[in-house]
Amino acid sequence: MSRTAEPPRPMAPGRQRSNFKVVGIIARRELRDTVRDWRIVSPILILTLLFPWLMNWTAQTAIEFVQRREATIIGERLIPFLLMIVGFFPISFSLVIALETFVGEKERHSIEPLLAMPITDLELYLGKMIAATALPLLGSLLGIGVYLGGLYLSIGWAPSWSLFIQILTLNILSALVMVSGAVVVSSQTTSVRAANLLASFIIVPMAILIQVESVVMFWGNYHALWSISVGLVVVMLILVRMGVKTFNREEILGREIDELNLARTGQLFRQFFVQPPGGRPGSRAGPQASPPLRLLHWLGRVYRHDLPFLLRRNWMPMAIVLLFAIVAAGIGWAYVARYPLPQGMLRLEELSDQEFEALSNVSFLPALRTESIFAHNVEVLLLAGLAAVVSLGVFAILLLMVPIVLVGFFAGQVAWLGYSPWTFLATFILPHGLFEIPAAVVATAFALRIGASVTAPREGLTVGEGLVAAIADFVKVFLFLVAPLLLVAAFIEANLTPQIVLWAYGG
Amino acid sequence: MIQTENLTKRFPCSTPRAGREGAEALTWLTAVDGVTFDVAAGEILALLGPNGAGKTTTVRMLASILTPSAGRAQVAGFDTVRDARQVRHAVGLLTEFPGLYLRMQADEYLAFFGELQGLSAEQIRRRTATLTERFGLAQARRQRLAEYSKGMRQKLALIRAMLHDPPVLLLDEPTSAMDPHSARQVRDAILDLRRERRTVLLCTHNLTEAELLADRIAILCRGRIVALDTPARLKAQLLGPSLLEVRLADSLNGYLPGLTDLVQVEEWGDTWFRYRTSSPETTNPALLARLAAMEARVLTLSEVPRSLEDVYLRIVSDGGDDEQDR
Repeated sequence: MSRTAEPPRPMAPGRQRSNFKVVGIIARRELRDTVRDWRIVSPILILTLLFPWLMNWTAQTAIEFVQRREATIIGERLIPFLLMIVGFFPISFSLVIALETFVGEKERHSIEPLLAMPITDLELYLGKMIAATALPLLGSLLGIGVYLGGLYLSIGWAPSWSLFIQILTLNILSALVMVSGAVVVSSQTTSVRAANLLASFIIVPMAILIQVESVVMFWGNYHALWSISVGLVVVMLILVRMGVKTFNREEILGREIDELNLARTGQLFRQFFVQPPGGRPGSRAGPQASPPLRLLHWLGRVYRHDLPFLLRRNWMPMAIVLLFAIVAAGIGWAYVARYPLPQGMLRLEELSDQEFEALSNVSFLPALRTESIFAHNVEVLLLAGLAAVVSLGVFAILLLMVPIVLVGFFAGQVAWLGYSPWTFLATFILPHGLFEIPAAVVATAFALRIGASVTAPREGLTVGEGLVAAIADFVKVFLFLVAPLLLVAAFIEANLTPQIVLWAYGG
Repeated sequence: MIQTENLTKRFPCSTPRAGREGAEALTWLTAVDGVTFDVAAGEILALLGPNGAGKTTTVRMLASILTPSAGRAQVAGFDTVRDARQVRHAVGLLTEFPGLYLRMQADEYLAFFGELQGLSAEQIRRRTATLTERFGLAQARRQRLAEYSKGMRQKLALIRAMLHDPPVLLLDEPTSAMDPHSARQVRDAILDLRRERRTVLLCTHNLTEAELLADRIAILCRGRIVALDTPARLKAQLLGPSLLEVRLADSLNGYLPGLTDLVQVEEWGDTWFRYRTSSPETTNPALLARLAAMEARVLTLSEVPRSLEDVYLRIVSDGGDDEQDR
């Protein structure tokens, strides 16, 4: 070709490819790679062919044993339980395959040539997801087939269609949750070793889930399995969203990767905590100022700038928490119709000091003293923050909803018994609630933000950094806003609320 | 075929830094800082620079793997952000590490990437046969890649990059880990690519190779291009005018004083001397005429070779020390 010729064009694609075809190409290669790895295939084969046979034998033996003792119900419950176990064990390998597929590629540097191909991040993600899920699922189905076939031939047992579909659904969802969780874990590491360490964040919840499923199945409440399936779908959707967000070219090749470095995490926390959010100027006190003066300036800035900024930035989680609080109050009110107190059981006009003091004897309520109420509320809201980390914020909201459901329930009961619910709320709740409810809403909203930071880290931050930043925000708001409000609320609740109630109801 | 304009890439970097008050903990590491260059069809541009200079990041942006933080780039007429899919089809990327799937055979491996590039089975078969033959891997096509030597793996990665016949090739260290024979094969292939009017961006630490292959050289330092020109011009700019050497058949005795009005002799030996001139087209004929008049028997008049390494080290030492990988 001469120097003056037109520059060449790339070879024309043979035919237009659909997205599914690309996903298929990626999944096929991954599957081929997996089935050539004896370390993965041999345990799956054992769990698929040998383990169901063993469970089959176990089931038969157990049934014979319990029939001799006329405790047939144990056998009836054991067979479906073993069906679930037989199906789940091969599924557990999806986690191993997914970690290998996602982070293994990064570690071996084979991901970059793939990223240079004319494919989308989503096609790559789906191809790998399918590959990581397909083989264990196939193993699971085969295992279930062997187990059920053996049982049918030996004792003529076959599951109902409903149970069969429930077990299949649970297994498929478990596999998808583990694989989508593995993608999230993989996005935070550059080595399979580190990913295996982080995989405990998937293994431990899954182990707990299996225990819960076991209890449910021995209890015989198979309908509850549908609820677990719904829960798994929600978790899977959250994890898939996180995975899609983190599994992209920019994140894979263009980001610092989190390391488990406690010293660095501590430094980072300090930085997020001490520095003003939003990039505002720092303390005006110069470096020559004495430490107490610098601290005073810093506190001044926290109240003038940091807290208003953080509250503005988190208006959405606060609005969500408020919405849930209203829903909780509604739920409480709605329960009155189902569980009404007998007429005459509650006589507010007969309330006395002694009855308020007697509240201290109720085990789950704190003593009616400022320090006890304050400590109790701080404990609960800190627990919400902690629980948010492992529950994506869900437990934090549940913890807030429980007392509000009770408030709604009692307000409803009061109305049912012929009292004004508004007077009840204005006397029992409002005096300290003016401080306690905003404190609880703010704390729960920032706890929710901690959970959400895992699924959607702030722009430019890794998941770990986003988590540290959210915790630092939570601690700052808790120390300088929530705790003072709770203290005031506790004082009012211990000293003024009972007086107001007694004054209003004339006890 | 490749055009960049103020191409910049910043990575978020949350490493806490002492004394940083007044901003959130997030800081940015600028890996590539306003890089502007173009590479024409049929041209080879060598991108040199110390580790962490931003070469790999630049290549990744050109391959539409990373998105620029600022500036823009066009490859084969396509915008690297807007037309990412077309860019990835027009580019053949040889990555820093071969990154092969070691349980596969070469045929399977190439078929996989060919399919992702949208090639038909016949196209894949034909290109695989041609390229494996050209790089001496035809006999090893059915061998598992785990059994390949480092050099074979590197060659297969290069074949992967060339499989879809792309007009633009981004080659990161194409001959690293290769024996001299294989390296020669690859260099010849790169020269063939130029003859076929393909555009090649070559990242390398092998300066001899860069000088041998590249039409122009760009030196990156701390994310910026600190030099961009042909090897000859870079040498002239940085090492001064050409150094020329005259060798005589006889001893030098007596000749040098008669040359002082023509050239400034810098070094000399028993039968040779060296001088520097910025206008060899006039100085050299005059010098030869003078020596002939003196009846000196001139054996050779040649330019003293100056390595690109000298140029590179001069620029890089001015530009800064190694930084962490970018």
